[in-house]
Amino acid sequence: MDQFTLNLLFVGASFALYIGIAVWARAGSTAEFYAAGRGVHPVTNGMATAADWMSAASFISMAGLIAFTGFDNSSFLMGWTGGYVLLALLLAPYLRKFGKFTVSEFIGDRFYSPTARLVAVICLLVASITYVIGQMQGVGIAFGRFLEVDAFWGLLIGACVVFAYAVFGGMKGVTYTQVAQYCVLITAYTIPAIFISLQLTGTPIPALGLFSEYTPGGEPSGVYLLTKLDQIVTDLGFASYTEAHRDNLNMVLFTLSLMIGTAGLPHVIMRFFTVPRVSDARWSAGWTLVFIALLYLTAPAVGAMARLNISEMMWPNGTEGAAVSVETIETDPRYNWMLTWQKTGLLDWEDKNGDGLIQYYNDGSEALAARAAENGWEGNELTNFNRDILVLANPEIANLPGWVIGLVAAGGLAAALSTAAGLLLAISSAVSHDLVKGAIAPGISEKGELLAARISMAAAIVVAVILGLNPPGFAAQTVALAFGLAAASIFPALMMGIFSKRVNNVGAVSGMMAGLLFTLIYIFLHKGWFFIPGTNSFADTVDGSLLGIQSTAIGAIGALLNFAVAFGVSSMTAETPQEIKDLVESVRTPRGAGAAAADH
Amino acid sequence: MDQANQTPAVDKEGRTYWKANIRLIAWSLAIWALVSFGFGILLRPLLKGIEIGGTDLGFWFAQQGSILVFLALIFFYAWRMNKLDRFYGVDEE
Repeated sequence: MDQFTLNLLFVGASFALYIGIAVWARAGSTAEFYAAGRGVHPVTNGMATAADWMSAASFISMAGLIAFTGFDNSSFLMGWTGGYVLLALLLAPYLRKFGKFTVSEFIGDRFYSPTARLVAVICLLVASITYVIGQMQGVGIAFGRFLEVDAFWGLLIGACVVFAYAVFGGMKGVTYTQVAQYCVLITAYTIPAIFISLQLTGTPIPALGLFSEYTPGGEPSGVYLLTKLDQIVTDLGFASYTEAHRDNLNMVLFTLSLMIGTAGLPHVIMRFFTVPRVSDARWSAGWTLVFIALLYLTAPAVGAMARLNISEMMWPNGTEGAAVSVETIETDPRYNWMLTWQKTGLLDWEDKNGDGLIQYYNDGSEALAARAAENGWEGNELTNFNRDILVLANPEIANLPGWVIGLVAAGGLAAALSTAAGLLLAISSAVSHDLVKGAIAPGISEKGELLAARISMAAAIVVAVILGLNPPGFAAQTVALAFGLAAASIFPALMMGIFSKRVNNVGAVSGMMAGLLFTLIYIFLHKGWFFIPGTNSFADTVDGSLLGIQSTAIGAIGALLNFAVAFGVSSMTAETPQEIKDLVESVRTPRGAGAAAADH
Repeated sequence: MDQANQTPAVDKEGRTYWKANIRLIAWSLAIWALVSFGFGILLRPLLKGIEIGGTDLGFWFAQQGSILVFLALIFFYAWRMNKLDRFYGVDEE
């Protein structure tokens, strides 16, 4: 059986599984559709939330970004897990006690203002649409590889599948489908990692393998894997893997943005509204992080090991010997993955100096300039290696069996599709329920509301595809921008709503507006207006940027601004009314929580 | 909202409960920041001497250690708070 058929089989089987579970679970409990999480054990809820949360950015993109940068991209690891501490300590139990279903409802009630609710909805929409762009990138790459077509066609086909998946809709609300998706996703991520860890270090646990001795082919080498990797990448003129090269300020702010953004993402927060009790909301956040950590502890090992494997493949005779020949790449079955990925346009090489070999090195490195001149190298010949292909290509690079490759394809699609579809649903309900019904046309019929939901979903996906064709960065970087926006707008409003009785309607609205606009404009100034390339005024580097802060890190500053403006404005305007102070008191005490009340 | 069977909003007990909660949150967040921003980024040079698997302790904290501490923190907070809820009699029976 060839690889293409095998991929099709795995992807088909996993989809059949999700649909099967959705149909089975729905039959018995149509009425509980909106409250999918209620009555579900915290462990199960944690697993479902983990599937919801881990998207193309975590599964497809993150390890690749770590692989090619090393320590400096640890921010993704700390940021996307550390946010759960904020969520568990500062938001989840209180929002559960509040007992409604959406984030904008809480903001509208706590700040006793329809305007606050409207502004919250706009913040959610901006963050969610940016998030969807990143997901669509991942979907495009996964479909491109899996159907062996150009990434552009992969994106278009993927968009149609996501749309169908989201319209089918109910699948999203069913917790057990997400549990199945989590199982597919985590198996697909860890199995190849275990194989590769065994090959390189003899350790079956990748997270430990990362810090073990390098034992190629079972022979002890006397050096650690990371020492070996550092040596190889510096030999090729690249920055070392384990050292810090980024300035501390940007790294701290970037990590903080991802953390605060995680705690401000509506589709994650919503999961904690519907657990049975306040104490379960606390446990549930912990279990979610357990299931996320299984992937996040493996990811740095995947990145480091893949970087080592790729470097060794390009330099089969060692970094001092001759590079791999074009003929080997085209004929040796071990290099087949390069030919298949070349078709997607995301990987390419060119024998610039015509010596029949492909030299992969850092042509910007001064240390290597002498060697390059001596040997007649005319620049790096591995001309394109898109970071986002690394995880999907990883099992092929390590020459693992065909079924592992099929499994990874299924896992990547599960991650990207579940989150993309979930976000589309969140966008459509925000538009139809909060925006159209809540503000523009309160008298709209149920049919009209549904139509508005469908139209907004279609519009969101069209926008995401158009912007996804010229994305502002690799998938995880695009998603990081979305987190910055959520960090600057939603999280501060929620936190102040719970921990301060003083912040009033005017304060909250001005805070959210200031945080969102500041962050959005700063991102547009550096990434181009609406991410259109060439329309940016500043380079997105530490030295070229407006404030010396890169656009992915600006969300933390936006959040501080939000807090400052909200407190400042509140102190100059009217005191919050007594009933709001009572509401805050009641949110702070678990007693009397009762079941979450739906006013849908 | 169902506030019928609410304990009076600002009784003394309620205030101590909230103060105890804030204190717990403050300590937990201090540890949260220490392992990530501290050991993982800013204080990494101080941990240079402690070697672990071909690199230093700061690298481990940045890529794995902080995640493990985050997990411990959330579970500790949940356990401690659920105990506090019962102690101050504000738990959901």
